[in-house]
Amino acid sequence: MHKVTVTSDDVKKIAKLANLQLQKDEADRFAGQFTETVDMINRLNEINTSDVPATYQVNGLANISRDDTVDLKRMLPQEVALREAKLTSNGFFVVPRVIDTDETESVI
Amino acid sequence: MKQLHELTIKEVHEGYRNRIFSCVDLVKHFLSRIDKYNPKLNIFLARNQHALEQAAVIDKEIAEKGIDRELLGIPMAIKDNFLTVGISTTASSNILKGYMPQYESTVTGKLLAAGAIFLGKTNMDSFAHGSSTETSDFGPTHNPWNPDKLPGGSSGGSAAAISAQLVTAALGSETAGSIRQPVAWCGVTGFKPTYGRAGRYGCIAMASSTDSPGPIAKTVEDVAIITKVISGKDPFDATTSSLDVENYPSFLGKTDLKGLRIGLVKEYLLPDMRDDVKKLILDSAEKFRSLGATVEEVSLMDPKYAIGVYTVVQRSEVSSNLARFDGIRFGHTRDSFGEETKRRIMLGTYTLSSGYYDAYYKKAQAVRTKMIDQFAEIFKTYDAVIGAVSPGPALSLGATKNQPMFGEMEDILVEQSSVAGLTSAGVPCGFVDGLPIGLQITCDQFQEAKALTIADCYQRNTAFNQFPDIDKTL
Repeated sequence: MHKVTVTSDDVKKIAKLANLQLQKDEADRFAGQFTETVDMINRLNEINTSDVPATYQVNGLANISRDDTVDLKRMLPQEVALREAKLTSNGFFVVPRVIDTDETESVI
Repeated sequence: MKQLHELTIKEVHEGYRNRIFSCVDLVKHFLSRIDKYNPKLNIFLARNQHALEQAAVIDKEIAEKGIDRELLGIPMAIKDNFLTVGISTTASSNILKGYMPQYESTVTGKLLAAGAIFLGKTNMDSFAHGSSTETSDFGPTHNPWNPDKLPGGSSGGSAAAISAQLVTAALGSETAGSIRQPVAWCGVTGFKPTYGRAGRYGCIAMASSTDSPGPIAKTVEDVAIITKVISGKDPFDATTSSLDVENYPSFLGKTDLKGLRIGLVKEYLLPDMRDDVKKLILDSAEKFRSLGATVEEVSLMDPKYAIGVYTVVQRSEVSSNLARFDGIRFGHTRDSFGEETKRRIMLGTYTLSSGYYDAYYKKAQAVRTKMIDQFAEIFKTYDAVIGAVSPGPALSLGATKNQPMFGEMEDILVEQSSVAGLTSAGVPCGFVDGLPIGLQITCDQFQEAKALTIADCYQRNTAFNQFPDIDKTL
């Protein structure tokens, strides 16, 4: 497989997808580091996996569900649920505007 | 006679029973050691302000009812990625600085129900992203054997707390090496249960498909006692197994390993590994033979591929898990993430992004299947596989600088067993340059009793389980 180069423009795009702000030198630095890392990951192509299924869950459990009942012991009282939030109003969390906003603006 | 900080769980209970010392005495002793040594070691990020009051309550219980709980009055240190009500929890990250958990993690809840007293929360790589404890936003922890060296990580604070004897026992967690590698570098004993043996509820998520809480302590017996306490079906974690939890401590104390077959992983004797480290691993193989086990070379995939698999799986799962840190319901804004955390979130965002998912994520999970199949094949014939935990002894502070793949390189020998969800013990197997080296004893899923039995017999028949004289080393 040909060598993949991650550019600083790629890094900027990824940062946006991940909702992260980059420091001024990080786009260039991360681009070089990601290129190296992806190169190392691409060694996996030396292994033939054409007939091999992917494993996402290793201990064989599937379709585990809980009883459809409310567990009162796990419910947080409202003041406890809100306690760690920086901005609250009338017993609610205050969230940043996500519609009708300039896309390039920081989300919070 | 042993000093209070040198006692194992059983010895502490013996002391309580015979009224040689009280729980308050023991807690006071440890608190004064923490006051004295923590400034040099930077192990504790937060202290339990109520430890002495809780000890007094336990003394009353012991006087009235005796010791009928498995960890009654045992002072413990808890890795800072477990939510603990009343003690701040940060995962060593500025984004959670000052966070007071609203609920208790499953495993710390079980430890408390068994009577343990938490003395404080221990330093770790920020969000457990590393193998050095140097990526902590609150400064590195120092290795008690030599404060110029790293303790390993990510559970570096918990491992150093045992090595420096600042608590009787500790809790860590492993995603790929985060228990076994720091216990190797600090020269103590740790245990990674099978994925799904102990619940992850309330353990700040890193890679959800491999995260495994587990104990770090002075002896295999102590880690067996704690593993029994923390294991079992967790109604709040759908990936936990409903298999019965065995009484692990009851299996220990075997005088030989006759009839057991142990595989020495050929590829884990890395070509560039130091000869003196290799020799310690070969010596341990010889020790197992002298204890009556059959030891033969076995072969696994070149561990360099494990780095690729683990990097993709870990980064991808991190990018998803850390999306919840939005600064709205708790914590600070996303610009408080450290550089390493950002790098991992972003690489995972890349490997999961449209057009790259099949090439990276799916490919890695297919190679993971091959690794699982190889282990399954080996465990048809062998009871356990052994190898070094880390390619060498503890590295110096600063070693992670500009090494974005530091953790993956240091964990090259434990990544395969982690992505396969296996259980594994880490025990000291000798010293090079005055620093400890660790041995891994890895068994198939849910073979905790077997891994602990083998590790216990090895530990009882070797003299590598030592603690540094920190008045001299610090």
